[in-house]
Amino acid sequence: MPEKRVVLKNCGVIDPKDIESFISNGGFAGLKKAMDMTPSEVIQEIKDSNLRGRGGAGFPTGLKWDFASKAKGDEKYVICNADEGEVGTFKDRVILEEDPFSLIEAVAIASYAIGAKEAFIYLRAEYHYLLENLQNAIDQTKDKGFLDHVNIIIYEGAGAYVCGEETALIESIEGKRGDSRPRPPFPPSEGLWGKPTIVNNVETLMNIPRIMAEGKEWFNSIGTESSKGTKVLSVSGDVNKPGVYEMVMGSSLKELVEDLAGAENVKMVQVGGASGRIVPFENIDTPLTFETVLGAGGVLVFNNTRDVIEMVKKNAEFFEEESCGKCFPCREGTKRMLEILERLTEGTASRIDLEFLEDLSETMALTSLCGLGQAAPNSVVDTMEFYREEYESRVNDKVKV
Amino acid sequence: MEKVVEEVLNRHNNNTSILSVLKDVQEKCRYLPEEAISQVAEGLGVSINEVYEVATFYSFLSTGLLGENVIRICKSTPCFLKSCDVIVETVEKELGIGIGQTTEDNKFSLQLTNCIGACDKAPAMMINDKIYGNLTSEKVIEILKEYK
Ligand SMILES: Cc1cc2nc3c(=O)[nH]c(=O)nc-3n(C[C@H](O)[C@H](O)[C@H](O)COP(=O)(O)O)c2cc1C
Ligand code: FES
Repeated sequence: MPEKRVVLKNCGVIDPKDIESFISNGGFAGLKKAMDMTPSEVIQEIKDSNLRGRGGAGFPTGLKWDFASKAKGDEKYVICNADEGEVGTFKDRVILEEDPFSLIEAVAIASYAIGAKEAFIYLRAEYHYLLENLQNAIDQTKDKGFLDHVNIIIYEGAGAYVCGEETALIESIEGKRGDSRPRPPFPPSEGLWGKPTIVNNVETLMNIPRIMAEGKEWFNSIGTESSKGTKVLSVSGDVNKPGVYEMVMGSSLKELVEDLAGAENVKMVQVGGASGRIVPFENIDTPLTFETVLGAGGVLVFNNTRDVIEMVKKNAEFFEEESCGKCFPCREGTKRMLEILERLTEGTASRIDLEFLEDLSETMALTSLCGLGQAAPNSVVDTMEFYREEYESRVNDKVKV
Repeated sequence: MEKVVEEVLNRHNNNTSILSVLKDVQEKCRYLPEEAISQVAEGLGVSINEVYEVATFYSFLSTGLLGENVIRICKSTPCFLKSCDVIVETVEKELGIGIGQTTEDNKFSLQLTNCIGACDKAPAMMINDKIYGNLTSEKVIEILKEYK
């Protein structure tokens, strides 16, 4: 299946600083259509489009909006998650750089649909250089009279991966540490300042104006049975042409990595960033869908010269640093995991360490409070399955247990 | 310093967001000294502990003195695959400091960071708010000259 531009339709086409160029490319057609419908009709349209979240979890977007719209209270919030901290992911950056207007249009539609008078765009601190462009897009949209129903505020993060997790993000907007909250309650019933809140990824929102303008049937005609639309993938690592590629859902990883990005001598690919799953070369035909591998669409390619354990250790190092420390399995687990992987690379690991590693992975996946700790063992579990011999060969039988 | 913090607090009146206040104080003072933290706590009517919790959680906030220019070199996997360690070595040598240190003239602080979303231009780094990608040792030396 080919590349197709739905989300990135305007990227590289319009002038991201000039609303007129956006409008002459069909800008605000989706918002105008939405405003002619009732909020519940808009939500029904999104539900029927079968759009699912692009931020990693794949939750049905229309359903989330429906929960928030039906939750009690007059004060509701829309949050756009532009924290993009997953290693190897930069698609939201490209969108913010090249088509901020579509994102503002989307936030305006979402706010109308759930009845929010205030919306936030949570922008990671590392993307501060994009703020001016984004604020400019908000100001120009406001001047055109498209934001009379909602006030859109950019809120900047301060450097913390876990703040991309929606409940930690909410804590951060409230001005606190980004510790994730236990759930339930989920944000659509109790989110920002205890009020019904929807949190959606940048890319998810980008689909909204397109769906409103072109219709749910059109969107349903793209992709596979349970993964509709396209996915924007960020490809990096051992490839000749790193960058973002928008593919129809169900396209093969091989097409992306080898044909488009020009990878050679591939050993393995990690899909979904540091928390993603590992695809060994023999499975490179795997289709990209929610049911197989996807996450937020960060695609890291490793060639034959790379050491699997070394790469997994880099992931472990990342999680050890980024764990918020609130729950025990993640706080302690990420530390122990890194220690064992260090022993393996240093040649001081005993056979029992492999068993520890397996047990630890299972415990963390099952008992961590949020997705950070739950997904941290993914690359360990997968590589222990596909590259068992590399682990075995690192065990030092002289080390006493 | 006291004046600066007072000004920030005044601008944020009715706002109890510790993070927003600290971000502004840091922008003005370059870091968050102990006195500023106590003053913020008093101004917002929260404990010093609560303010410290926030100040030490976020990597862009700093309770230690930072140089005029903060260099953050990305060390996450995509940049690691493109030999970011060479970039680190070059900067260390050029500035005569190690990771986590600040030059004697307070001009530069050097830090490592996780992915900054520029992996298509790996290896990458930030100086203050600016991103530099596709780095080589020669390029880094040129870039540093602009800040010296
Ligand atoms: C540790 C962690 C980090 C996350 N980082 C992000 C992020 O940077 N951007 C994002 O959109 N979602 C991120 N998520 C997912 C969010 O929690 C949430 O599911 C998402 O923003 C919902 O939007 P969507 O339904 O549109 O995908 C993260 C989740 C976890 C557990
Ligand atoms: S890994 Fe360095 S910018 Fe993403």
